[in-house]
Amino acid sequence: MTTSKEAGESLRLDAVRIALPGRELIRSLSIEIAPGEVVTVMGPSGSGKSSLLSFIGGHLHAPFTAEGEVSVGAQRLDSLPPHARGAGILFQDDLLFPHLSVAGNLLFGLPASVQGRQRRLAVIEGALEECGLAGYGKRDPSTLSGGQRARVALMRTLLASPRLLLLDEPFGKLDASLRDDFRRFVFSHAVARGLPTLLVTHDADDARAAAGRVLTLA
Amino acid sequence: MAAAQARSGSAGLWAAAPWLTVALFILPVAAGLIGTLLPAFGYLPALGGHEIGWTPWQMLARQPGIATSLRLGVQVGLLATLVSLGLAAALCASADQHAVYRRLNRLVAPLLATPHVAVAVGLAFLVAPSGWLVRLVSPLLTGWDRPPADLVTVRDPEGLSMVLGLVLKEVPYLVLMIGAALRQVPHEALLRSASALGYGPTSGWFKVVFPRVYAQLRLPVYAVLAYSLSTVEVGLILAPGQPPPLAVLAARWFADYDLQRYFPAAAAAVLQGLVVLACLTLWRLGEMLVARIGRGWCESGRRHGAMVPLVSATAVVGALVWLLGLASLLGMIVWSFAESWRFPAALPHGWSLAIWATQWPQAETTVSTTLSLALTTAAVAVALTVACLENEARRGKAPTHRTLWLVYVPLLVPQIAFLYGFQVVLVRLGLDGSWLAVAWAHLVFVLPYAFLSLADPWRAVDPRYARSAAALGARPARILWRLKLPLLLKPLLLALAIGCAVSVGQYLPTLFAGAGRIATLTTEAVTLSSGADRRIMGVYTVLQAAIPLLAYVMALTLPATLYARRRGMR
Repeated sequence: MTTSKEAGESLRLDAVRIALPGRELIRSLSIEIAPGEVVTVMGPSGSGKSSLLSFIGGHLHAPFTAEGEVSVGAQRLDSLPPHARGAGILFQDDLLFPHLSVAGNLLFGLPASVQGRQRRLAVIEGALEECGLAGYGKRDPSTLSGGQRARVALMRTLLASPRLLLLDEPFGKLDASLRDDFRRFVFSHAVARGLPTLLVTHDADDARAAAGRVLTLA
Repeated sequence: MAAAQARSGSAGLWAAAPWLTVALFILPVAAGLIGTLLPAFGYLPALGGHEIGWTPWQMLARQPGIATSLRLGVQVGLLATLVSLGLAAALCASADQHAVYRRLNRLVAPLLATPHVAVAVGLAFLVAPSGWLVRLVSPLLTGWDRPPADLVTVRDPEGLSMVLGLVLKEVPYLVLMIGAALRQVPHEALLRSASALGYGPTSGWFKVVFPRVYAQLRLPVYAVLAYSLSTVEVGLILAPGQPPPLAVLAARWFADYDLQRYFPAAAAAVLQGLVVLACLTLWRLGEMLVARIGRGWCESGRRHGAMVPLVSATAVVGALVWLLGLASLLGMIVWSFAESWRFPAALPHGWSLAIWATQWPQAETTVSTTLSLALTTAAVAVALTVACLENEARRGKAPTHRTLWLVYVPLLVPQIAFLYGFQVVLVRLGLDGSWLAVAWAHLVFVLPYAFLSLADPWRAVDPRYARSAAALGARPARILWRLKLPLLLKPLLLALAIGCAVSVGQYLPTLFAGAGRIATLTTEAVTLSSGADRRIMGVYTVLQAAIPLLAYVMALTLPATLYARRRGMR
């Protein structure tokens, strides 16, 4: 893991429309999110916030219908399968894979282009140090605290070298004391890596901490 | 664009999985039904039947004792299902209150794994006048120093021993199914709110939990009813012989050297299908009646009643039935190691491996046939099930209720009603009597059970795991192999074990598709059950129970060992 600022590209949504049979959730959304910028999407549950993230990630299924363009830099994403989009995502739950160790989870995220067992392990150890969990590689994820797991989940996402970051209420389940720390941790990494970031939340504090533009869905 | 095309290409392959799977198990049933229906009306050119007419039915109607056969089958089926459901419900209702029942309910594996035939043989040897139970109390309490000749406990004319044999197997199955249904219903919260209104745990369970549970239990209960009404293998061991239940009569005629018997046999098989249809309808009407009475009972506001002692007593009976089942298995083990065991000794006079040593050379081939069929069909069934569920996940399609009914078709249509017709089809294909034919026939029953056991755990996996993995750049194949299959190791192995158990237990499918040329432990056990040495029977029953049981033990212990250091996998 390097902390050097990378030359990111912006995420662009163009005339995105998401609907359920008989109900339009998002009529026409166009926005450009610059590298390192965090845009917050707010709205009551059922307003289509999470569906928007599913659409960008390539996971929106029937009965939802969607149209519009999603692109990063010059490349269209909406025609690519989910695994080729480079759309990193964090959910409210950490979703660390329970059958793998902490290091196993991080190795799952690290692209195969980083070759050689030793080199791969060195990258993992670097990532663990970066999130204050040096030496935790062999641990069972279920023995970690909620805050530690959340940090591992972010590291796993970043190791996959995403081109954009989607945050689906990732702070909602953390204790108030941990929440501030983790917010800073996530945003500072997104900025440092120049990732265009889309945060979905119903917590106004999240939006304030993100300190960026706020979109409100009705 | 290229990526999108590649995606749709592989999606097409996955989309074929459900069609292939359904074809594999529905085609034999459909073709088999037609192939039985035609000879039932006289049409079977291979045997000189060219004219459609009622002759086979007239032959059937002239059969002495046919009315008794019909009544016996219906009586056994309805009684066995009612008793099994009652006992299983009482056991589960009591499990919330008494640790004994909780522990008992967790011990389902041995009886669930053991094929019906093995349990029936074990029960026969346990309760026969010369059986273990009588030996335990003789001559001390009974004064008998030779088996009482006038006592009929097995193959009684009313089929009660057959009811008991079925109950021994169906209670554990229904307990397991109720347990699965309870996990889908917020039963603890329901019981808490009932108790806050002053309802005790027993009345609370039956008034608010059971109605919800039964909605999920309906199809398994129908499967139990259909099986109990039409089982041939249990009937051959425990039902009276003159006249036998209808399904047994049909099977006997199908096996007759006189090929003209095929016509009334087909008519009897079709009649058996109609009997099942009629009884399922009757049961459905009964459900509505019980629901109506039950609603009044719930709305009466009575907190206590006669039901508390009734349920306690029923649960005790259920526990005794459970013990009787386990004792049946134990009895067969004891017999297989007995040197000699004369009446009325409570235990064998000596122990030896002699029977095992003399029987093994013959049994070995049968064991390997049984094993190869069980492992292959279970593996194929689980692979097809995985392909179907993966297709469902990739297309983001929710399963419909209709699919579930389709899966239950082979479990609701009586075997005797379509296996003969399926055999005719196999003859046409030049497959009859081959290992492949028997494997296909087993697959018809292994597939539904594998699907039923794997579908719920598979669908219960948080879909966000797969989304996270895709967001990390994992392709669908990698998500399947590295994420879903390892996460689902335990249910996968359990589905394999269930598949093995189902395959090992098949009697009629082996007989018909194998044209009598392929012998498994189950067909051998049924053949031997009429009069072979009890010690030899012991060997075959123990082997029959051991294979599925071993599979279950591996399915339960292997994931625990592999994931010993992963708390999230428990």
